[in-house]
Amino acid sequence: MTQIVQMKGMNKYFGKLHVLKEIDLTVEQGEVVVIIGASGSGKSTLIRCVNGLEEFESGKLEVDGHPLAPKSGNPKSLAEIRKEVGMVFQQFNLFPHLTVKKNIMLAPMKVKNASQVVANATAERLLNRVGIGNQADKYPSQLSGGQQQRVAIARALAMEPRLMLFDEPTSALDPEMIGEVLDVMRELAKEGMTMMVVTHEMGFAREVADRVIYIHEGQIVEEGKPHDVFDNPQNERTQAFLSRVLAH
Amino acid sequence: MEFQFQFDWQAAIDSIPFLIKGIPYTLMISFGGLAIGFALGILFGLLSINKKWFLRWPATAYIEIFRGTPILVQVLFIFYGLPDLIGGPIDPLTAGIAAIALNSGAYISEVVRGGVQSIDKGQTEAGLSLGLSRTQTFWSIIWPQAFRRMIPPLGNQAIVSIKDTSLFSVIGVGELVRQGQIYIANTFTAFEVYFVVAILYLAITLSLSLILRLVERRGLVSV
Repeated sequence: MTQIVQMKGMNKYFGKLHVLKEIDLTVEQGEVVVIIGASGSGKSTLIRCVNGLEEFESGKLEVDGHPLAPKSGNPKSLAEIRKEVGMVFQQFNLFPHLTVKKNIMLAPMKVKNASQVVANATAERLLNRVGIGNQADKYPSQLSGGQQQRVAIARALAMEPRLMLFDEPTSALDPEMIGEVLDVMRELAKEGMTMMVVTHEMGFAREVADRVIYIHEGQIVEEGKPHDVFDNPQNERTQAFLSRVLAH
Repeated sequence: MEFQFQFDWQAAIDSIPFLIKGIPYTLMISFGGLAIGFALGILFGLLSINKKWFLRWPATAYIEIFRGTPILVQVLFIFYGLPDLIGGPIDPLTAGIAAIALNSGAYISEVVRGGVQSIDKGQTEAGLSLGLSRTQTFWSIIWPQAFRRMIPPLGNQAIVSIKDTSLFSVIGVGELVRQGQIYIANTFTAFEVYFVVAILYLAITLSLSLILRLVERRGLVSV
């Protein structure tokens, strides 16, 4: 099997704060890895390192064969990685000055030099796929949160990524809109997309994840199949965390 | 002693053809200067938020110097002072345009800086995560949004600069105020003439405000 992400002894600091400690983690092609943990545990930081939105101080990180050196080394690798890795953000981060369709067309045209016609066709296909084909010419602000996040997913998919990163994709959504976004993610997983997902949606993690990772204070303290981690956690910190989030 | 002042409408009306000759100069200095000032503003505004100190410091120095000294001193310096340095005279029109350019450039730098910094950093992250370079991210994502937010303060600066050109009568450019002074020297109708001069400035600035309002309203649809 091909390893898409390889982290070895990775350390990351925010000033004096040691936010990621000796992270060892590999993600295989087609695997869905869900990362859980309390806020401030470093789980978002971890996936933000994968596409270089955060730098790390020491250790090794390789994404789809492109090595990233600590401290923003390897700008060439970084550019390649970003072309191959899509990201979905908690706050959607759609481009408010562009229509939904233009949001999706921008990167293929700028980065891959796709023609207007090709980019347009891709955008329409992806918008249909995420169930909002009829909103193509609206501006992001005219859409609901759930619709905006689905556009953001389509925008990332337009680059035909080898790996998708989801940074708490449903945390900013009204409860009634969480389902529609998780449905799209579930579909993606079913189609074989490699995914790293940071989320508080334990139901989604249990159902979709191939592997669940629990991070506590910058360390991976538990890792395994969803039913092992959720039903029979070995580490007492994991037990405490799960009892807190699953209690209600 | 009784004194009754009568506004002489005829004198006011008679002065208009002569005063109007100053308008092209006023507009040329204002908009010529502002056009260059805008270019300077983008350049120094962006340099002033650059991570590299050797780019940031000179930009900040430029901004502080031209915001912190009176434009009247600046234009006098350019018109009377600089010729000593470059060994030849500078014509008043060029000096006026240069003064507006350098002065408005400093203020516009701050407008640019504020506009760019007001855009959420998630926008940059989204652009980078899609594979766009920093330059592409800036020009296709950040700048269009920042520019829209910059329109009101830019309009404000344009109005300030238009009025600032009135000071350049001191270097003898035939702009509105200068024309007024020449006219009054012959007719002694200061009240009427300066009244007309003020109305003409108001006509220019109000037209500009109106245009800006239309531009802003169109811009509102998408952001």
